[in-house]
Amino acid sequence: MSSELLSLFWDSFVETLIMVGIAGGIATAVGIPLGLILSITAPGNVLERPLLNRTLGLVVNAVRSTPFIILMVAIIPLTRLITGTSIGTAAAVVPLAIAAIPFVGRLIEGALREVDAGLVEAAQAMGATPLQVVRKVLVPEALPGIINGLTIMLVNLIGFSAMAGAVGGGGLGDLGIRYGYQRFMPEVMAMVVLILIVVVQLVQTFGDVVASRVDHR
Amino acid sequence: MIQLQGITKFYAGSAGRVEALSGIDLKIDPGEIFGIIGRSGAGKSTLIRCINLLERPSEGHVLVAGRDLTVLDAAALRAARHEIGMIFQHFNLLSSRTVFDNVALPLELIGMTRSAIEERVTPLLDLVGLGDHRGRYPAQLSGGQKQRVGIARALASQPKVLLCDEATSALDPETTRSILALLRDINRRLGLTVVVITHEMQVIKDLCDRVAVLDGGRIIEQGDVFSVFTQPQMALTQTLIRDVIGHETPPGLLERLSQPHLADGAALRRLFFSGQSTDAPLISELSRRFSVDINILHGQIDEIRGRPFGSLLVLAKGEAAQLEAAWAWLAERDVRVEVAHVQ
Repeated sequence: MSSELLSLFWDSFVETLIMVGIAGGIATAVGIPLGLILSITAPGNVLERPLLNRTLGLVVNAVRSTPFIILMVAIIPLTRLITGTSIGTAAAVVPLAIAAIPFVGRLIEGALREVDAGLVEAAQAMGATPLQVVRKVLVPEALPGIINGLTIMLVNLIGFSAMAGAVGGGGLGDLGIRYGYQRFMPEVMAMVVLILIVVVQLVQTFGDVVASRVDHR
Repeated sequence: MIQLQGITKFYAGSAGRVEALSGIDLKIDPGEIFGIIGRSGAGKSTLIRCINLLERPSEGHVLVAGRDLTVLDAAALRAARHEIGMIFQHFNLLSSRTVFDNVALPLELIGMTRSAIEERVTPLLDLVGLGDHRGRYPAQLSGGQKQRVGIARALASQPKVLLCDEATSALDPETTRSILALLRDINRRLGLTVVVITHEMQVIKDLCDRVAVLDGGRIIEQGDVFSVFTQPQMALTQTLIRDVIGHETPPGLLERLSQPHLADGAALRRLFFSGQSTDAPLISELSRRFSVDINILHGQIDEIRGRPFGSLLVLAKGEAAQLEAAWAWLAERDVRVEVAHVQ
């Protein structure tokens, strides 16, 4: 493999890392609160707000039903507003984050739903405020599930980032398509797939280790 | 200490209004252990949840320590709940927290400092016998140990009232006994008012001072445990008690008794003991004094709060006049004598 190709691999790898890392970070920061709100405003929960819950749910579903490739081009004006450009790695981060936020929200909501209602009731019987129920009971008890959810999100983002080539975002997936497919270099394609397999494996294993570390059930 | 006034709770069901509780009036004195028994679906859980307003009654008032909880705003209600501890059938411990941190939770909620928490929690863990387990997680504990953590947690905020929601229903009989002994001990030592709901009459018998029987959302009978056990008025109460105390004659015995030759010239009686009468050797004295032969067929003597009670099914043979005198003699000694019928 030529050194030129090697540096191409390295650059693409870094681009993937940037896209997944930043989009994942934003999705975590926004998605966790979103999941919390979805969960606690649901009927029968500590901060029941049916209207807010249904509205948020609709928005989340709408974003999640839009195919990523369409979402990416549809929000170009927003991307340009935020990053100043509509092409490149930075520009790819915006749609990736926007697609991942509702996904994380639903995963976190699911993890919180798994927490035994009896624990919430016990905390309420002790005189806990809704915020205390969230901080002291729901989040710590759902933590293994939350970490599992974030791991799933990262793995999904790695897959989605392959489509970022459509807006010139670069990354490993884009390398595989441009060189492996369009320039008939199957060994590049194979190498890309191999690297992605290893990266996904590492992310999943790391997530599993952390999740079991905090799981005392 | 606790007063329930006209508590009614209904839910909007598909077939109209479903009433879980109807017009419950109850007064629970300071320092007593009050039991509420009923079959599943009787409304027990709803009733105990009304005491700390985990369920808000549709009508009526809940007074704890003289304060009406139903009129409090959210913040005042939370403050009032610090004075009401609660333990649960499935313990409801946080799996993410150690034994110590579980007990510390109610204290963290009121913003107590770490050192003050340490000072409060350590003796509580010793009280429930878990001083050596403070660093363990609930998953590493047995059911009985989990309930002990639950009890320590409920006591952490130094409540005046302890609510026990089927607290022993998930435990085996031996563990149940040790938990009941602990609750009794806590009640004596701390002067805590304890409210227990259960479907097990054994729990009422071993633990409670007074009992109320709940059926279809209404209290059908209440009184001190001894008199409810010895003189149950309602059919349901009698059924519940029969599970604990064998008043029921075994079927094989009934069959033998129905054969005419056995009962011939003999009197079949059921003798009910309560209070002090079980301490005296009444049967043997009766036998000597009136020269009658007593054959004890079936019976059970038990005790509630140290007061013995029970019944014996006896077959007595002797002269008719002597037998009559013997029954009268027993009646003078607080033994109720009933003619037993065999179908």
